[in-house]
Amino acid sequence: MTWIAIRMLTGDRQKFFGLLFGVAFSALLITQQLTIFLNLIERGATAVYNTPAANVWVMDPVTRTTDVVLPLPSTALDKVRSVQGVDWAVPMMRANANVRTPEGDLEGVGVVGIDDATLIGLPSKIIEGSREALYEPDSVFIDEVGAGRLFPPGTSPIGERLELNDRRAVIRGIVDINPSFTSTVVFYTRYSNALNFVPGTRNRMSFVLARSAEGMTPKQVATRITAATGLKARTRDEFAKDGIDFIIENTGIPINFGITVALGFIVGVAIVGLTFSLFIRDNIKQFGALKAIGVTNNKIRLMVAAQALLVGIVGYGFGVLAAVLFIYGFENSPEFKGFYVPWQIPLLTAVVVLVMILLTGWLALRSVLKTEPAEVFR
Amino acid sequence: MSAETPMPKDAAISLHNIVKEFGAGDQVIRVLHGIDAEIRSGELTYLVGESGSGKTTMISIIAGILYPTKGSVNVFGQDIYSLSDNDLVKFRLDTIGFIFQQYNLIPTLTAAENAAVPLVAAGMKRAEAVARGRDMLDKLNIADQADKLPRQLSGGQQQRVAISRALVHEPRLVVCDEPTAALDAKSGRRVMDLLREVALAEERTVIIVTHDNRVFDLADRILVMEDGRITHDGTEMPDY
Ligand SMILES: Nc1ncnc2c1ncn2[C@@H]1O[C@H](COP(=O)(O)OP(=O)(O)OP(=O)(O)O)[C@@H](O)[C@H]1O
Ligand SMILES: [Mg+2]
Repeated sequence: MTWIAIRMLTGDRQKFFGLLFGVAFSALLITQQLTIFLNLIERGATAVYNTPAANVWVMDPVTRTTDVVLPLPSTALDKVRSVQGVDWAVPMMRANANVRTPEGDLEGVGVVGIDDATLIGLPSKIIEGSREALYEPDSVFIDEVGAGRLFPPGTSPIGERLELNDRRAVIRGIVDINPSFTSTVVFYTRYSNALNFVPGTRNRMSFVLARSAEGMTPKQVATRITAATGLKARTRDEFAKDGIDFIIENTGIPINFGITVALGFIVGVAIVGLTFSLFIRDNIKQFGALKAIGVTNNKIRLMVAAQALLVGIVGYGFGVLAAVLFIYGFENSPEFKGFYVPWQIPLLTAVVVLVMILLTGWLALRSVLKTEPAEVFR
Repeated sequence: MSAETPMPKDAAISLHNIVKEFGAGDQVIRVLHGIDAEIRSGELTYLVGESGSGKTTMISIIAGILYPTKGSVNVFGQDIYSLSDNDLVKFRLDTIGFIFQQYNLIPTLTAAENAAVPLVAAGMKRAEAVARGRDMLDKLNIADQADKLPRQLSGGQQQRVAISRALVHEPRLVVCDEPTAALDAKSGRRVMDLLREVALAEERTVIIVTHDNRVFDLADRILVMEDGRITHDGTEMPDY
C-alpha cells in the first residue's frame, strides 16, 4: 500500500510541492537562522581564539570580556610570571583608537598591542608581510576585512600611512582573522608601540597572557594565579565562553533569532498542516473507499505516515541544502566570514521537522480514521 | 445436486430482524424496521425504492460497513457483525467487491493500478497486482485505457474501471449503490449489461441498488423497499 500512498501524494503536484515548500521553507529558515545566531555569538570569542598560544588569560577582577576591560598596572606581569606553574606570561593591550584614512575619513578601530619579544598574540595567518615587518618603526598590521573597509577594493594597503590617534602608523602587513562581534577594524602592533598610540594613565595593560607549564592544567594554573595575585584568571575556554555569554546577556540577539526560528516553525506548521489537511480532504472519499474495500486502520496509518515521511525527508533535504548553500555561498563576504554549520544544527532542524510532520500528520490522520466506511455510499 | 428443491439454491445472505436507527436520545430515527430477507447465490438482485426508503442503509449493512442497531447478518455462513473489527475488514477484503455511484477511483493512479487496489491491499506485489488489474480491464473491454488516469476517461469508462476493481480479487459478493446514476442512459445500460455478463457467475452474488427502471429486465430478483420495509419480493417489478 505504501506505493499507493506515495502516488496519491506525488500525483497531486500542486499540493505535493506546497507541502515540500512548507517543510523546506521551515528547515531553511531554522537552519539558517540558528547558524547565523550561533556564529554571531561565537564572535564574542574570536579575540580569544585568535590567540591560541595562551591558555590562561589574567585580568583585573572587573574585566568581563576582551572588549570590556579595566587595565592592569604593569607590575601584574611580573607577579604572574613568578607564579609556579606558569610556563610563560606576556602582556597584551587592547584599546580603542581613531584612525584618519588617506581620504580624510575618521574611523573607530581596535588596537592590539602584543609582546615585543615574542609577538605572542599576533594571528598565525599572515596574508601579506612577514612577522619581522612588525619591528619596523611605527609598523602596524591590519586585519583583512578591516583593510577592505578602510581602503578601496583592489588597492593594497601595504605601505599606506595613517594617523592613528594623531600618531603616524604605517601598514606593513595583513592578517587573516575572523571579525569580532562589533567587527571593528583591528590593528596589531608591538606593545611598546601601542603605548604610544594609546595615550593614557599609568595602567594600560589589558591582559597578561600565560601558558600553563607541562603537567598542569590551565585550570590549576589559573587558580594558582588568582590565589597568588588576587587577579582574575580564566582559562581560554572559560574566557571564550565569557565573551559569548556577554553577547547573549547584553544584546537582543537571542530573542530576535528565537522569534525568527519560532516563526519558521509556526509558518511551517501552518503551511504543511493546511496543505496536508486539504490533501486529505480531497482524498477523503478515496480513503473511505479503501476502508470499505478492506484496508485496515493500521494500514491507513502507515499510508499517511509514509506520505508525511516523504514530505518531511525531501522537504528537509531541500531546506537544509539551501541553508548550507546560503551560508557557504556568502563565505567570502565579510559579514559571514568564518561562518560554518555545526552538525548539531541540521540535527536540531531534523527534530523540529519531525515534530512538525508528526503534528500535522496526526491531525490529518484523525479525519481519515474518523471517516466511516459507510460514508462512501453517501 | 438438489435441482428440484423449492428452497433457495443457496441462501448466500440472510438478514434477521434488521433494525437500524440513527441519532441518539430524542433524535432517534428508525430507518429500517426489522427486515428479514434472503438473497441467493448466482443471482442478480435489484434493490429498488423511493429516495429515503433505506436502500443505501440496507446495502451498507449487507456489505459489512454499517453496524445494524439490532439483528444479524449472515454472509456465506458467517455472522459478520460478530466478527472483531479487524476480522470484519479482512472479511470484506476477501469476500466483497464494492462499486460506488461516484466511482471513488484514486485520481493519481492509472486505470490498471486502480483496478489492482484490492489485490495490493491483500498484500500482492505491485507488478503482479497491476498485471491482474490489466487483465480485468481487458474483460471489461477497456484494456486500451489501462494507462490513463481517471480524469482522462469518460464516466462510463471510469465506472468500468471501478467494476474491474470490484471484481479483480474475485469476491463472492458484489454490492453496487446506484452504479449508473451518474451516467447517461446508453452508458448506464452498458454498465448494467457488463455487470450481468462479467460480474455474475455461478458462485457469485450481485446486489445492485438502482432507480433506473429501464434496466429492470436484467434482474433475476427485485426487492422493493418502502419506508424501511421490504414490500415486494419477486422476479419482476410489481405493477402500480
Ligand atoms: N447517517 C445518518 N444519520 C441520520 N440519518 C440517516 C443517516 N443515513 C441515512 N439516514 C436517513 O435514513 C433514511 C434512509 O436513507 P438511505 O440513504 O438509506 O435512503 P436511500 O433509499 O438510499 O435513498 P436515495 O435513493 O436517496 O439514495 C433517510 O431518511 C436518511 O435521511
Ligand atoms: Mg441511497
